[in-house]
Amino acid sequence: MSQISSNGLKTDSKRLFKDQFAKYGVMTGGVLVLCALLLIFFYLLYVVKPVFNAAHIEPRSSVSTMANKYVAVGIEEQTEIAFGLTDKGMVDFYNVKGSGTGKLITSVDANIDDNIIAFSSSAPHQGQYAYLNEHGEITVIKPSFRVAFPNDVRTLTPVITYPFGEQPTPALDLPAGEARNILSRGEKTNFAFATDENAIGIVYKTANDDVIFSRLESEEDMFTDELSWTSYQSDLNFVTGTIQQLLISPDASRLFVVTDKHIYVANSRDGEDVQLLYTVDVGRNAATITTAKLLAGANSLMVGYSDGYIGQWFETNSADGRAFIQSRHFQMAVDTEDKAVVAIYPEFYRRTFTAVTKSGEANIFHTTSEAELWQGQLVDQAILDFEFSPRSNAIVIYSAKGLSVFKIENEHPEVSWSGLWQEVWYEGYPEADYIWQSSSASDDFESKFSLVPISFGTLKAAMYAMMFAVPIGLAAAVYTAYFMAPSVRKIVKPTVEIMEALPTVILGFLAGLWLAPVIEEHLPGVVLLLILLPLSVFITAFIWHNLPTKVRNKVPAGWDSIILLPIVVIVGWTSFALSPLVELWLFNGNTRLFITNDLGITFDQRNSLIVGIAMGFAVIPTIFSIAEDAVFSVPKTLSSGSLALGATQWQTLVKVVLLTASPGIFSAVMMGLGRAVGETMIVLMATGNTPIMDWSIFEGMRTLSANIAVEMPESEVGSSHYRILFLAAFVLFIFTFFFNTIAEFVRQRLREKYSSL
Amino acid sequence: MKSWFKSGAPWIWMTAGAVSISLISVIGLLLLIASRGLSYFWPSDIYQFGVNTQTGQSYTVIGEIYDRELVPTQRLIEAGIKFDNIQGEEVERLLVKTGNREFVELDFQWILSPEITQSDTPSGLAVFERSKNGNFYGFVEAVIADGKRIVENKEAALEQAIERAVELNDLALDLQNDEIGAINYELERLRLKQRKYELEGTLTAEKVQELYDRRAELNLEYREYEKQLFAYRNQAKRDEVIVKDMRGELVSLPMNYILDVAFPNDMNFFGKVARYGKQISKFIFDDPREANTEGGVFPAIFGTVFMVMLMAVIVTPFGVIAAIYLHEYAGNSAVTKIIRIAVINLAGVPSIVYGVFGLGFFVYMFGGSLDQLFYPEALPGPTFGTPGVMWSALTLAILTLPVVIVSTEEGLSRIPGSLRQGSLALGATKAETLWRIVIPMASPAIMTGLILAVARAAGEVAPLMLVGVVKMAPTLPVDGNFPFVHLDRKFMHLGFHIYDVGFQSPNVEAARPLVYATSFLLVTVIVALNITAIGIRNHLREKYKALEH
Repeated sequence: MSQISSNGLKTDSKRLFKDQFAKYGVMTGGVLVLCALLLIFFYLLYVVKPVFNAAHIEPRSSVSTMANKYVAVGIEEQTEIAFGLTDKGMVDFYNVKGSGTGKLITSVDANIDDNIIAFSSSAPHQGQYAYLNEHGEITVIKPSFRVAFPNDVRTLTPVITYPFGEQPTPALDLPAGEARNILSRGEKTNFAFATDENAIGIVYKTANDDVIFSRLESEEDMFTDELSWTSYQSDLNFVTGTIQQLLISPDASRLFVVTDKHIYVANSRDGEDVQLLYTVDVGRNAATITTAKLLAGANSLMVGYSDGYIGQWFETNSADGRAFIQSRHFQMAVDTEDKAVVAIYPEFYRRTFTAVTKSGEANIFHTTSEAELWQGQLVDQAILDFEFSPRSNAIVIYSAKGLSVFKIENEHPEVSWSGLWQEVWYEGYPEADYIWQSSSASDDFESKFSLVPISFGTLKAAMYAMMFAVPIGLAAAVYTAYFMAPSVRKIVKPTVEIMEALPTVILGFLAGLWLAPVIEEHLPGVVLLLILLPLSVFITAFIWHNLPTKVRNKVPAGWDSIILLPIVVIVGWTSFALSPLVELWLFNGNTRLFITNDLGITFDQRNSLIVGIAMGFAVIPTIFSIAEDAVFSVPKTLSSGSLALGATQWQTLVKVVLLTASPGIFSAVMMGLGRAVGETMIVLMATGNTPIMDWSIFEGMRTLSANIAVEMPESEVGSSHYRILFLAAFVLFIFTFFFNTIAEFVRQRLREKYSSL
Repeated sequence: MKSWFKSGAPWIWMTAGAVSISLISVIGLLLLIASRGLSYFWPSDIYQFGVNTQTGQSYTVIGEIYDRELVPTQRLIEAGIKFDNIQGEEVERLLVKTGNREFVELDFQWILSPEITQSDTPSGLAVFERSKNGNFYGFVEAVIADGKRIVENKEAALEQAIERAVELNDLALDLQNDEIGAINYELERLRLKQRKYELEGTLTAEKVQELYDRRAELNLEYREYEKQLFAYRNQAKRDEVIVKDMRGELVSLPMNYILDVAFPNDMNFFGKVARYGKQISKFIFDDPREANTEGGVFPAIFGTVFMVMLMAVIVTPFGVIAAIYLHEYAGNSAVTKIIRIAVINLAGVPSIVYGVFGLGFFVYMFGGSLDQLFYPEALPGPTFGTPGVMWSALTLAILTLPVVIVSTEEGLSRIPGSLRQGSLALGATKAETLWRIVIPMASPAIMTGLILAVARAAGEVAPLMLVGVVKMAPTLPVDGNFPFVHLDRKFMHLGFHIYDVGFQSPNVEAARPLVYATSFLLVTVIVALNITAIGIRNHLREKYKALEH
């Protein structure tokens, strides 16, 4: 007996355990849904967040013991080896990473004769350095790193290469005994060079303040492989004033001569005929120009002043032809008394630059985002040279203390919240504008990340779709729920459900390949349809009203929409059939030409009208089914009461039913809007996907969602572009979250209200 | 009239008009797709036109009439075409598919009706389907089979020769895909194995030898197969057919490129029906050719079905459990309300956002970690850290989760409370009641949810573009190589196929009928699934209504 009962208890506890187990298991499953939503939210945020991180710099290593004085320093791509060049043509390579940090690896003599009078470095990405000797001859060297994999271990071997031969090349035709300028740090400004594949451009200031430009062009002997040089030289006699900086663009096509108050820009494509393009007075009261530098891409000239002001200048189109203008400025935010900008150092490919003061205070800016990325003192001495590594993940600084290497985390300087949502003045543009242009073929391209045009496109597409979908969807819902015969309703509702289930890729394909050409051909027909359709419904209604009662009674109430079916088909067909006639009559046979030529409106075949119709078609069922539900669930007692008091059907509908159901209708429209905003395939296929900002119905747009679909597969993981696309997805998420939550909240309230009725 | 206006009747009619517009657009759209999609397979007559242009050139055009349209005469005159003898405001022009891509600039040609001097459908005109350069139209002059020139009874000889060539080509293809494919697959696995040993530091000379031996063995086998493959290909090249094309020139077509021949002008109605059926089956069961613009869509069908099935396996348990929690366990607490809002939001979040999430989270983060842990030998080449069918299924599972939840919950709410109470009163625990009574009764509702989820997933394209779909997958996700199911592979999808062929293909005009046919296939499947789901749901409602009384 006792055994049985204990057995029973055993099973009971087992069953209870199972019950409890099921309870918690199911609960976990339910909460997982919430987790999924939160996961999406936080993951998107997690990917986006680094875009807004500030730059971060920390010291990595330093090399202090040096016998030589350097005129330029640099660091290679892997940030393992830093190097310094002396004024005598010696290049010292130091290990700055891993074991043996701070050790001199090798010291290479570039074999340049010792009568060197000037030295200069090229744009950072070219990595070249030039020595000019007293005979006016130039030697170009380039520190390079050979990679080898002995025993599967990567080793770098520093070497020096000579892109234009080891022999000095005659460059300047100097008067004898003229230029005995002795090289020193401060006078790096009086010589600049740039190299092309087979040309060198040199600009040089002589002791009597003459500026000479020389362009060397090489030709290779077919048999001996020897280079023969031809030199074209001209005097830049248009320059007056104290020269602060000579600059030349990396392709040697533009010369910039910066004096203390002026900038001279000249075209130097032709070495014998250098043409002055612009002379700009850049004086700012008491402040004088102290330095100037070209940014990556060589479009922008950054000009630093004695009061810490830095201006950005570039060439652009203006009302009266090309002009050299200032777009924006930065202000050194350093605590010292002397804010004068002594030097500006650009990055390799991006628009980041560092400005330093005499006392060694540094300030890092980015032009596009107008962001001040970092400010502080890296070394407590005057900075003699400052270079970014090619990947911009390290900095090497040369000061009296020696070489210091810093690690810099500055992944996304080009992105700022204001840059995404406000007008930005990009290089080469006449004014600030909203532009989305994320990538280009060149490395030093200035990415244009403005979310405004694509957000605008999203709203535009949604607006046109709603203009089409809201009237039809709501009207159809009201009729179906309130007037339609139950037998017809049984067919109509599933049909609309099928409409909702149609894949959007098919709607998009039909819109792009079938509807767009049809509508382009029959534009007058579309207008005609808009007029004729309501008119014919009115006329039908009126005729029906005046038909003998006998005939009317043959059709049960609530069949109106079925009666209208053939009418709509006939009217639709007629409008399109009449379209060519109207076209001939009004628009000389070609509406499209009329629109583009006579009205001057741009016409795209895949335009907002197409998107409106196609996406409207996709949104109608969403609006319809929710609104229909809301109207249908209005208690019958309300409408019966109204009718009993003598109101007509229509009055009851407008004053009682719709009013009661209005929160539900609102939520239907919100849901529809949410769907229209996020729809991808239809806009992708039915528009031209150009990110323009124009409300015109005859032009296309690019939406956030289509933009993601187009650009995501080719964006580099972790890049600014990748993260901004995630941001676009996040914006979409928040947008639809907002609309859906409002809609659902309103619906829940409504349901509670009805249940109390 | 005034009182009629006042009664509001016209406005009621207007709302009725909105319903009519919706109905007409749905039905019209379905009919449009059906007519365009199905007519593609019908063997249309091949015309021979004598054309005499206004500038005095005359030539012959052979091809199928592809499209007709009316052009305003004015526009033609503006375009610089002279008209002396044509009256009327509009001129008809025909778009003719002339094929013969290697001999003409464009395989589609517009001809103005007034320029056609003669038009007929001569008997003996053949259309060749080829694996390269599209269709060829012309008169068969002779068949060269096994070196002999056959002029008598050439149709039969041609058919025989094509059958032989197709068979040989199939043999070659099978050999290439199965035997040679397996060898390549194993060679790749051997490479990974060696790399794995290397990484583990257990690569001994013995193992190297072993791997080397196996590799040598495989290479030997491979050479055998390769010989056989070339033999097949050479044999297929043996025959050719001499055809007179529309320029009047004799062209020799090698048999190994010909897939099929037909003489539509000589077919009677039943012959055409037979050919129609054959073309449809080829569309469904063949691989695509010529950058997807010709051939069938089998890999896309397979990919879609496979991905959707995988997704269904993932989404069903989660969806059902969540629905049971919401309906059976959760009270009316704040948490429940929040979960409901989460469900609605999951349904409302744009599908592309799921794609972005799937790419970042599943593919790069999750897949990347899997690669680090389990496939270090393949690095830096990704295994799971790249878009693939598994990630697509997972992404779509989250996307369709709300569909299953909503549908299951609706089913649960329709089960009368008395049944639950009865079970509980008889001493069953809540879990037992659920398992024995509630879930079996709700299973049709779960089925409905599943069907709707499958229909939704089958039509979704935007997220798949990011997490695993490709325009051309060289291998199916399931094949004869161990482990047979390759969840890391990319796949083809019907919806993406429509987008890709319709918008990214080099010859949109030629590909358009194929896109319509693919659309029709997809729409048919989705509409059928939806109608089934609606049917089950309605049936269920009736049943529960009966239960309540």
